[in-house]
Amino acid sequence: MTMRPTLAVWKFASCDGCQLGILDLEDELLSLVGAVQIASFTEMTSAVIDGPYDVSLVEGSITTPDDADRILAVREASGLLVTIGACATAGGIQALRNYADVGEYTSTVYAHPEYITTLAESSPISSYVKVDFELRGCPINRYQIVEVVTALLAGRRPVIPGYSVCEECKMAGNLCVLVAHGTACLGPVTRAGCGALCPAVNRGCYGCFGPADTTNTASLARRLTELGTSERGISRLFRTFNSAATEFSKESLEHDA
Amino acid sequence: MPSPDAVVIDANGVDSLITSLRAQGFRVMGPVVANGAIVHREIRAAKQLPVGWHDEQEPGSYRLSHGDDGEMFGWAVGPESFKQSVFPSRSVLWRARRDGQDLAVEATGDDVAPEAFFGARPCEVAALKVLGGVLAGAASPDPVFTRRRETAFVVTVECGRPAATCFCTSMGSGPGAAADFDLALTELAGPSGRFLVRVGSERGAAVLAGVASRPATAEDHRARDEVLGHAVAAISRTLDAEAAPGLLARNLEHPRWDDVAGRCLACGNCTLVCPTCFCAAVEETTDLAGTVEETRRWDTCFDLAHSYLHGGSVRVSTRSRYRQWMTHKLSTWVDQFGNSGCVGCGRCITWCPAGIDITEECAAIAASDGAVKTSEPTAVRDR
Repeated sequence: MTMRPTLAVWKFASCDGCQLGILDLEDELLSLVGAVQIASFTEMTSAVIDGPYDVSLVEGSITTPDDADRILAVREASGLLVTIGACATAGGIQALRNYADVGEYTSTVYAHPEYITTLAESSPISSYVKVDFELRGCPINRYQIVEVVTALLAGRRPVIPGYSVCEECKMAGNLCVLVAHGTACLGPVTRAGCGALCPAVNRGCYGCFGPADTTNTASLARRLTELGTSERGISRLFRTFNSAATEFSKESLEHDA
Repeated sequence: MPSPDAVVIDANGVDSLITSLRAQGFRVMGPVVANGAIVHREIRAAKQLPVGWHDEQEPGSYRLSHGDDGEMFGWAVGPESFKQSVFPSRSVLWRARRDGQDLAVEATGDDVAPEAFFGARPCEVAALKVLGGVLAGAASPDPVFTRRRETAFVVTVECGRPAATCFCTSMGSGPGAAADFDLALTELAGPSGRFLVRVGSERGAAVLAGVASRPATAEDHRARDEVLGHAVAAISRTLDAEAAPGLLARNLEHPRWDDVAGRCLACGNCTLVCPTCFCAAVEETTDLAGTVEETRRWDTCFDLAHSYLHGGSVRVSTRSRYRQWMTHKLSTWVDQFGNSGCVGCGRCITWCPAGIDITEECAAIAASDGAVKTSEPTAVRDR
């Protein structure tokens, strides 16, 4: 039997939801661990094999000086480094601190803020090290993990969309809630991947997968204004799980009264 | 002279028509109200039709309202066309499985039941023909399209209430139906529900044979003319289809392309609702058990990856992508297939979240035709 490639899963500042997504792969998990050797995945097993690793999946953003160092070591120990989820690819919900004073937060939350060492901003992994592939979403679509690993094993390109949620909606036969209901929706500027979950149940897209390959956030914002969304409302729409993604950040600041 | 091929049926007749189609083995796909829009679903009875419903369409906006007029077909077109039926958003083309040293390739058949396109508007029937010119007219006709289109039974319903976004009169595709249908209905004015039915094929005559009807009179034909006359008068948008190919070809560097790029979301909605846009991507996937699957899915020329060639995408800017779409639709489609790619259904106008209007864009370019000279119309450059 040929050697299975080794896989490591790393956690930085995150909620662990994307890692849990891997464990939620009930039908595929056994095939997956048969195809790759899980060398380090402490949320799954305490048995850890020393690196280097063929593939690393990295969850979470960089928010502390320690983590800023640790990611360098992870990069060093990894063949391919794939970031998973909105935190790792765009700073996550915790990047809301980027628009505020984190010192003020720590002094409000902690009795002894002097023990807290944290960075002023929450940043994506790509701000610190070279990233080979990014999987978006809050949380990720766990089947995209299977797709990336399978593609890697087959030596082919992963089929991961860069197009808009609109394309996913139309392929699924969803009604456009923005046009037919006047619902504020980030679908036209958001990357597909979730399966257009929210428009399928008549909710506007929240932008969990971050910006699509091409975006025109200013044009969408003009339309949202016409539909009656307030300036604050527009700013908040663009400022959620991917608030540090360049395109969303810029548009949220445009409407930050 | 009333045509001997025309009869008049009432609302019960519409119901019998659906029953008759089902009895002949067709899956009847017809208009129903769902979630605030008129969409196509399988129907079993006339009572499922959107009786009394009307659509109000504007650039970027679609709303339904209900009246007590009892009209069955008092609306224009919904977001879905019958493209989905003949050119599904996803089709698995083939599968292969590794078996030791052998590779077993398995063709994936297309065995859906033949459908009846019930209530297809004349512009949709025209769109099926345009799509056929692309998918069935090629050297290797598309098997899925060809089979589904050939087996489909088309019941077109002429338009009495066009939407504000319609411009079929400019594209010669409506509001009346001229050809390519099995049966053509016109909902005549009056409270009782009266439909003129014209037969377009032998199959059409066979299906109609089981439906209670009376021969159409000259008065019925006049009533049809009146319905169509009202519809023509109600259509406010226009597009100069004859001038468009030359106009766009000589204005590839027109400043209007920058203007529209400022509004365009590059989301692809216009192409996905278009009944003739046929772009597709073929994706090859494998699973951990070693099965290979080749899938064709809808794609859009507004997607960055669509123009990806070795080393990068050809059309990087939104300007170049909008221009590609519009010039193909109205100009180079004519060079390629001998007819326009647009049927004037107006879906791209209504379902554009930014409300971009192809007729307005075309008129704006025409208004300053030649504002920027291009020496060679073939020089389609990105920037």
